[in-house]
Amino acid sequence: MTGEWLDIGWAEEIPLRGARTISVEGGDDIAVFRTGEDRVFALLDRCPHKHGRLSQGIVHGGAVACPLHNWRISLATGEALGEDKGCTPTVPVKISGGRVLVCRAGLMRAAA
Amino acid sequence: MKYEPLKAPEGDLRDHLIVIGNGMAGCRAVEELLARDPARYRVTIFGAEPRVNYNRIMLSPVLAGEKTFEEIVLNGHDWYADHGITLLSGDPVVAIDREARTVTSRSGLTLHYDRLLIATGSDPFIIPVPGHDLPGVVSFRDMHDVEAMLAAADRGGSAVVIGGGLLGLEAAHGLSLRGMKVTVLHLMPTLMERQLDEAAGWLLKTALEARGQTILTGADTAALVGDGRVEGVRLKDGTEIAADLVVMAVGIRPSVALARQAGLEVGRGIRVDDHMVTSDPAILAVGECVEHDGQVYGLVAPLWDMCRALADGLVEAPSGYRPAPTSTKLKVAGLDVFSAGDFSGGGGAEDIVLRDAARGIYKRVVVRDDRIVGAVLYGDTADGNWYFDLLKRGTSVADIRDALIFGQAFASGGGQTDPKAAVAALSDDAEICGCNGVSKGRVLACIDGGAHGLDSVRAGCKASASCGSCTGIVESLLALRLGSEVEAGPKTMCKCTSFGHDDVRREIVAQAMRSIPEVMQKLHWSTPDGCSSCRPALNYYLLCALPGEYVDDQQSRFVNERMHANIQKDGTYSVVPRMWGGLTNPRELRAIADVVEKFNAPMVKVTGGQRLDIFGIKKEDLPAVWADLNAAGMVSGHAYGKSLRTVKTCVGSEWCRFGTQDSTGLGVKIERATWGSWMPHKFKIAVSGCPRNCAEATIKDFGVVCVDSGYELHVGGNGGIKVRATDLLCKVATEAEAMEMCAAFIQLYREEARYLERTAPWIERVGLDYVQSRLLPDAEARGDLARRFWFSQQFMQDDPWAARAAGADREQHAPMARFTPAEAMA
Repeated sequence: MTGEWLDIGWAEEIPLRGARTISVEGGDDIAVFRTGEDRVFALLDRCPHKHGRLSQGIVHGGAVACPLHNWRISLATGEALGEDKGCTPTVPVKISGGRVLVCRAGLMRAAA
Repeated sequence: MKYEPLKAPEGDLRDHLIVIGNGMAGCRAVEELLARDPARYRVTIFGAEPRVNYNRIMLSPVLAGEKTFEEIVLNGHDWYADHGITLLSGDPVVAIDREARTVTSRSGLTLHYDRLLIATGSDPFIIPVPGHDLPGVVSFRDMHDVEAMLAAADRGGSAVVIGGGLLGLEAAHGLSLRGMKVTVLHLMPTLMERQLDEAAGWLLKTALEARGQTILTGADTAALVGDGRVEGVRLKDGTEIAADLVVMAVGIRPSVALARQAGLEVGRGIRVDDHMVTSDPAILAVGECVEHDGQVYGLVAPLWDMCRALADGLVEAPSGYRPAPTSTKLKVAGLDVFSAGDFSGGGGAEDIVLRDAARGIYKRVVVRDDRIVGAVLYGDTADGNWYFDLLKRGTSVADIRDALIFGQAFASGGGQTDPKAAVAALSDDAEICGCNGVSKGRVLACIDGGAHGLDSVRAGCKASASCGSCTGIVESLLALRLGSEVEAGPKTMCKCTSFGHDDVRREIVAQAMRSIPEVMQKLHWSTPDGCSSCRPALNYYLLCALPGEYVDDQQSRFVNERMHANIQKDGTYSVVPRMWGGLTNPRELRAIADVVEKFNAPMVKVTGGQRLDIFGIKKEDLPAVWADLNAAGMVSGHAYGKSLRTVKTCVGSEWCRFGTQDSTGLGVKIERATWGSWMPHKFKIAVSGCPRNCAEATIKDFGVVCVDSGYELHVGGNGGIKVRATDLLCKVATEAEAMEMCAAFIQLYREEARYLERTAPWIERVGLDYVQSRLLPDAEARGDLARRFWFSQQFMQDDPWAARAAGADREQHAPMARFTPAEAMA
């Protein structure tokens, strides 16, 4: 039985100001972001607007711009910023010893 | 130029005010007078220079290529005409007859005055060393000098600037940007020693040296040497420095010859009282030519105050001029230097100093009896206006002393920087725009008078209309006064910066910036790593400026350009291989058919650009798709990029009975030459074989229409939301000429259009005349543009698909981890 956190790889495998995805068979992908300040966040890889792949957006500050229509989504809260309204589920994630760990329960909830 | 009859119009009994000097002081005095009582005087202005009134302190940006002369004009011809002012430019006054109350100009014109205003300014001081009159030795005082320097810079070589003060350093900066090898000679041990202390002077010297200038302090000029033309400078210690141009910028002297000859009281300058009246009550003087209370002035701020006092006196509401402390800023892009007041120390003065070597910041505030008496800021001058305001008002800083050096935001409580609160706290007479002497009160009055945007404020009171360094403050004032009512100007690149696209591009080149973080640092970006608007733009500007050197930042690319395919609404991608000139063959068609079947692509479509688009490809499958297409000899069609898209052709003379030239062959050649180039926006080309124009060349960015006698070249067409037919650029006789013109046009667009600006709006903005003027008359300039394009192309024509198919950036296509539901639930 593994713990409550799933190891997905080294933080350096995610480009700075970029993202990688985690696929969960049968569910939506999870996007894992690494900001310019080297912090890691995870969101469901789906914009609340038209379901654009947030992992493909431009990461700036603590937000990502959706590649489809340029909505800005807060990485910390999943909330759309500015005038837009909507929210993407977040997945708890942390770095430990350089490894990126994703919360098992969060992954399930988000991908369900 | 003469606009008005020189005699007073019949029935005009108003007093005649003659102004000698069409510079900043003379015209400002007239403006102040008109603001008080527009009808009181009939005004005639004599100017020595053959120009309208311009902002002399902005000559440095003109030299540096950041402004044009037209942009620094303060009052154009219509201002004189609108106010009934007679301007006699290029005709200096040579004599004043005080008995008869007349002035006589060089051309022999004699006019009677009721009041005379002398605003002759100052003359550059020329060190009387041997050789000072050699050709190639110039001063830095007027547009004529700038033109001489620009001509010298065009010839290249080395320049020596004598004088390391404000003016000398600005001259050196401009010449250095223009490509000359520059040496600055300064007699004193510290640069700008009248404005800076030793520490700030040293930082400045280091920064200028890092930009490639040679700075020699303690350098005493003995002679300028040369045979018939200046060739070098010899110092007293025997050192000789080669020079094709010598700029003397060692200081100015009040221009008093005319006043002295007229018998007015003259000391160092023309002596005036508090109302700017000379020893003759009918004659006034203002500006750098005057001496007031034993002082002469060389900065612009006191001049504005003098003009106000003078105008008050002329309308018989005398206020009197009182000298105030002055502040200065160095206008050298990327070097922020500010100084104000007295920083010599001593006499109970205490220094508060902050140094941050890593960020290149030095701040020093001098306090005496709990009041600021002086400030020197280097590297971070944002709080300059605040310190200066406290200084002028004599505000006690006893309560905020501990936090004073950290700036207004910190000292006023709270670590958060709120620029609006900072601006709100400034007093009404705090100076906002140093270039044009505009106070906060005047900006607010202008806003209240109906100026609801940056442009209208600039037009209304000139605040931020010159060097633009106070733009942020003016914007804050607009926001304070109007809230959300502020009219947005198309000025800035995005919310991360106060600079516009053109400013940013210019500075990238001028300061030889090499990376996105460097641009953001040097141009004071307000966000840590920009946004999805500015990052792609900066990435492109750097890529364009540094072909072969700049390393593309993938994280600053839109998804399509990062994935080399077009993202669709369901998150899959479409793939378009290149078909040169719209030609294909069985091998390519088989490969495409195989890809469609192998990867279960749900749709294939013929595009408007004469190629095939394969839809519904998953991100993970892209490298394998590209590998299969590469194997059949196909490369990326860049259908996803701000780049050369397609070259559409018709069949031309090879098959068509109407065809006049080989349009298909030319299209293929053009596509082979231009594919892979990144552009400000997408770029489409077409070649039609005859004027029936089957390839629709007249709605393309660059279109060729073949005719019997050659090739018509069309530009700026667009078939998108707003259809725009092309403009005819020119007609050429040969394919080679058409190819060169195509390359030159593309490069001009690449270098000068703003990111995400198609050729159509770009041409409408700059004008077809401008584009033609850059491409047609000067074959050498056109060749240079084309060569720059071809040079850049040698680094661009690598198929991005091939690299990815071979495994590059593999992680962009694969998930970082995969889980089955069982694993995730375990």
